[in-house]
Amino acid sequence: MSAVLSTVTFLPLLGALVIFVLPRRSEALVKVTALVTSLIAFAASVPLYARFDAGTAEYQFVEQRAWMPAFGISYHLGVDGISLLLVLLTTFLMPLTLLASWHSVERRWKEFAITMLLLETGMLGVFVALDLFLFYIFWEAMLIPMYLVIGIWGGPNRVYAAVKFVLYTLVGSLLMLVAILALYFQHGSATGVFTYDLPVIARWVVPGGRGQILLFLAFSLAFAIKVPMWPFHTWLPDAHVEAPTPGSVILAGVLLKMGTYGFLRFCLPLFPQATLTFAPWMFTLAVIGILYGAWVSTVQPDIKKLVAYSSVSHLGFVVLGLFTLNQQGIVGGIIQMVNHGLSTGALFLIVGMLYERRHTRLITDFGGLWKIVPALSVLFLVVTFSSIGLPGLNGFVGEFLILVGAFQVSRPLAVIATSGIIFAAVYMLWMYQRVIFGEVTLEENRRLTDLSAREWVILVPVLAFIFWIGVYPVSFTGKTETSVRALITQVQTKAAATVALASP
Amino acid sequence: MIPVPVISLRIIGPAAVLAVTGFVLMLLDLLPPRGRREHLAFVGLGGVVIALIATILLWGSDTTGFQGMAILDNLALFGTLVIGYATGLVLLESIDYIKRRSAESGEFYILVLFAAAGMVIMAGANDLIVVFLGLETMSLALYVLAGFFRTEIQAGEASMKYFLLGAFASGFFLYGIALIYGATGSTNLDKIGAAVRAGAAKEPLLLIGFALLLVGFGFKISAVPFHMWTADVYEGAPTSVTAFIATGSKAAAFTALLRVLLESLRPLQGEWGWLFWVLAVLSMTLGNVVAIAQQNLKRMLAYSSIAHVGYMLMGIVAGGGLGGGSVLFYLLVYTFTTAGAFGVILLLERGGVEAVGVADTAGLAARSPLAALALALFLLSLVGIPPTAGFVGKFYLFGAAVRAGYLWLAVIGVLNSAAAAYYYLRIIVNMYMREPEGVPAVVMPSFAGSLAVVVALWGIIQLGIFPAPLFDLAQSAVLPLLR
Repeated sequence: MSAVLSTVTFLPLLGALVIFVLPRRSEALVKVTALVTSLIAFAASVPLYARFDAGTAEYQFVEQRAWMPAFGISYHLGVDGISLLLVLLTTFLMPLTLLASWHSVERRWKEFAITMLLLETGMLGVFVALDLFLFYIFWEAMLIPMYLVIGIWGGPNRVYAAVKFVLYTLVGSLLMLVAILALYFQHGSATGVFTYDLPVIARWVVPGGRGQILLFLAFSLAFAIKVPMWPFHTWLPDAHVEAPTPGSVILAGVLLKMGTYGFLRFCLPLFPQATLTFAPWMFTLAVIGILYGAWVSTVQPDIKKLVAYSSVSHLGFVVLGLFTLNQQGIVGGIIQMVNHGLSTGALFLIVGMLYERRHTRLITDFGGLWKIVPALSVLFLVVTFSSIGLPGLNGFVGEFLILVGAFQVSRPLAVIATSGIIFAAVYMLWMYQRVIFGEVTLEENRRLTDLSAREWVILVPVLAFIFWIGVYPVSFTGKTETSVRALITQVQTKAAATVALASP
Repeated sequence: MIPVPVISLRIIGPAAVLAVTGFVLMLLDLLPPRGRREHLAFVGLGGVVIALIATILLWGSDTTGFQGMAILDNLALFGTLVIGYATGLVLLESIDYIKRRSAESGEFYILVLFAAAGMVIMAGANDLIVVFLGLETMSLALYVLAGFFRTEIQAGEASMKYFLLGAFASGFFLYGIALIYGATGSTNLDKIGAAVRAGAAKEPLLLIGFALLLVGFGFKISAVPFHMWTADVYEGAPTSVTAFIATGSKAAAFTALLRVLLESLRPLQGEWGWLFWVLAVLSMTLGNVVAIAQQNLKRMLAYSSIAHVGYMLMGIVAGGGLGGGSVLFYLLVYTFTTAGAFGVILLLERGGVEAVGVADTAGLAARSPLAALALALFLLSLVGIPPTAGFVGKFYLFGAAVRAGYLWLAVIGVLNSAAAAYYYLRIIVNMYMREPEGVPAVVMPSFAGSLAVVVALWGIIQLGIFPAPLFDLAQSAVLPLLR
């Protein structure tokens, strides 16, 4: 039994402990320790990709130890094609995020570094936990660091945004806790095995009907708030606008994916019948989210708020893909999660860089940047195109697969969803045009400096992946295909079994 | 010929140790040095440690003594364990605190130990009269302790209110005992249980008696609607005494209540089950809603404690080994968490007076990062965020409720927890995200006080990450009663 996953997951925690004992005065040492820790965690996670066997749908790199045997709770970790890419996305984004905070976070770097590293452990834990109890622990534990990041290092209205974020998420996740308990006892009394082990419970067919629907709804509420799906999205713009750049990057890049990941990992395989029942609803909500997010983005005066609402739209695509329940749709959904992490992460990084230079994020405060900061403008353009879904860049691959999947399920809705891409082009390009092109209208903008070496180092890796996924997506989709196929089979056979159980 | 009663001191071992320590302190109090009294606290602490060690050594006993009036079983021992920890933490927290408030005197420590002895007697009572005996020993000491800062007007209010309402509750309790005696012919819990099984259950006298008994217990655990005294007493009492009332006295009352319910009245679960879920829902909802509006930390924690009693009552509603075990486990968790939180709060001073306003915590994290971190962890444990013990404790309680089929009760419980997050987080917001106005609060140096906080922190982390051993103990304390 290897301990790769434990190492990757808990390395950041170890780093946080080291930083805890470092003296507050030596800020440089704190920064370097945090960065090095996150780099080591990334390096430790690369073998996961290299050694991952794409030919099997089984969990890999599994670790299992008894923890509370009397309750059937174990320390059970593992990854499959669904979670692998998200783990890598997390470890990849974290060093870049820390690097982006180098100067933008001005106070309490020590606490900041500790909080961010704890956050990383929490997020990784969510993606690798295969025990419902353990999953829930990570799911809740990661709430507090994010709350602190928004609330301590955020903008003027940060406290309101931070508390709103926690309360929204907490309501959803506590109901999920009750559902987890109910599932545990139901499974236990039906099979005689009381366990929180996900693979074991997933082999069992939850009886259909009202019980399954309630469980599905409780889990879905928690995930829908996290994604966030329309109409549970109202915490997101506040959180994003108030969060500091690193907070926004992690929030958009990783945290939102925990919701969509939850749908895939729990709702689909555990409650297949309810999934089939509610798929049209989810579909509709996703399409509403796509259009609503796009339209609201268009009229935002603040770049950051624009990007925040665009997330609602993009995540709508992901949910659309997942609930097509076919191969293209789900693979597209997974790859789109990664894409959104990269593109929107990069957008927030660039917005942060603009903000560091001008201390404003209003579109009208910019204009004509092309001549002043050409390098920044070019990279911004690439990221903008990636976010719109231009062929040759990553966004296209995901959206294309999702729409192919969606067409097989509902043509009218797929057509409407496709219009979301057009609207995305409208709001992104219009924003880009107003910020970068045209004449320089404000004198302050003439003094802006172009990208520093540190900023190049932050953006280039992201762009490399944006091109890589755009040109040769198979390196990534190939890892997920088998797991997704197995998942779809599982959903179909179990849904059939549920119906068979109910009918005799 | 009158039979010579068999007296086995082993059965009341821990209580006897605490009581004797109290007497030793009374003697020591008369001896020099005149000016300083902190050595009394350390002697008292020694007594508590001995009582705790005795508790651990006696683990697994199952004997009754004093003609079946006292019992030494795992339930009593678990209750003693919680009470012991609570007493130890309270003594440590008090040393520098009462000295700083220039109220140092030997009586303080003596009363704490007598109160603790009373609590332990309650936990090991197998007879309603002994429950009452313990209850009164504990309460009388606590009434005095609540008004210990006798020059302050709030202290007088706290003491008076606690005493008057407590006396009423005792009256109800005694009347309940009398009626139960009338219905079953005994005050012994085993015999009452036998009578109930034999058919006394239909006796209205028994039900009325039990309801009156419940009023007494409800008062001591401060369940709604018997909670009226809580906020005022918590506010006016010295903060370390508040911690003691919140933890030790509740642990004692809950242990005794569990024994009465499981040993004597289990056949009647259908009759009292609904009573307890009504109390649970009322307590947690009212506690949390009113706590949101509080501006004083001690009052806020008072209402929060009412809410937590509501969560624990869920475990009683659920019943069985899981329900009872989770109540006991939660008592331990709650003791560490609450004693720890009060332990940090009583170290705070602003402009020479105790800082107990929510606003006083503003900016604490910048000046005293460790104290702020400790208080933040205790508050997160009260919210129930993993990996603190508060989460595991709630997890067991909600789990027990779900298992017993009270899914909707668990849903009310979690919605309450989410609402409660708001007011706990408000303090974290203050500490970490706001700047102080005017003179900032400072953390007073106190070695013993810091030690108490560290012990409590260790408790909530240890129980949060490795809860299994102690939960197994808690469950094994309840299971024998269910046979």
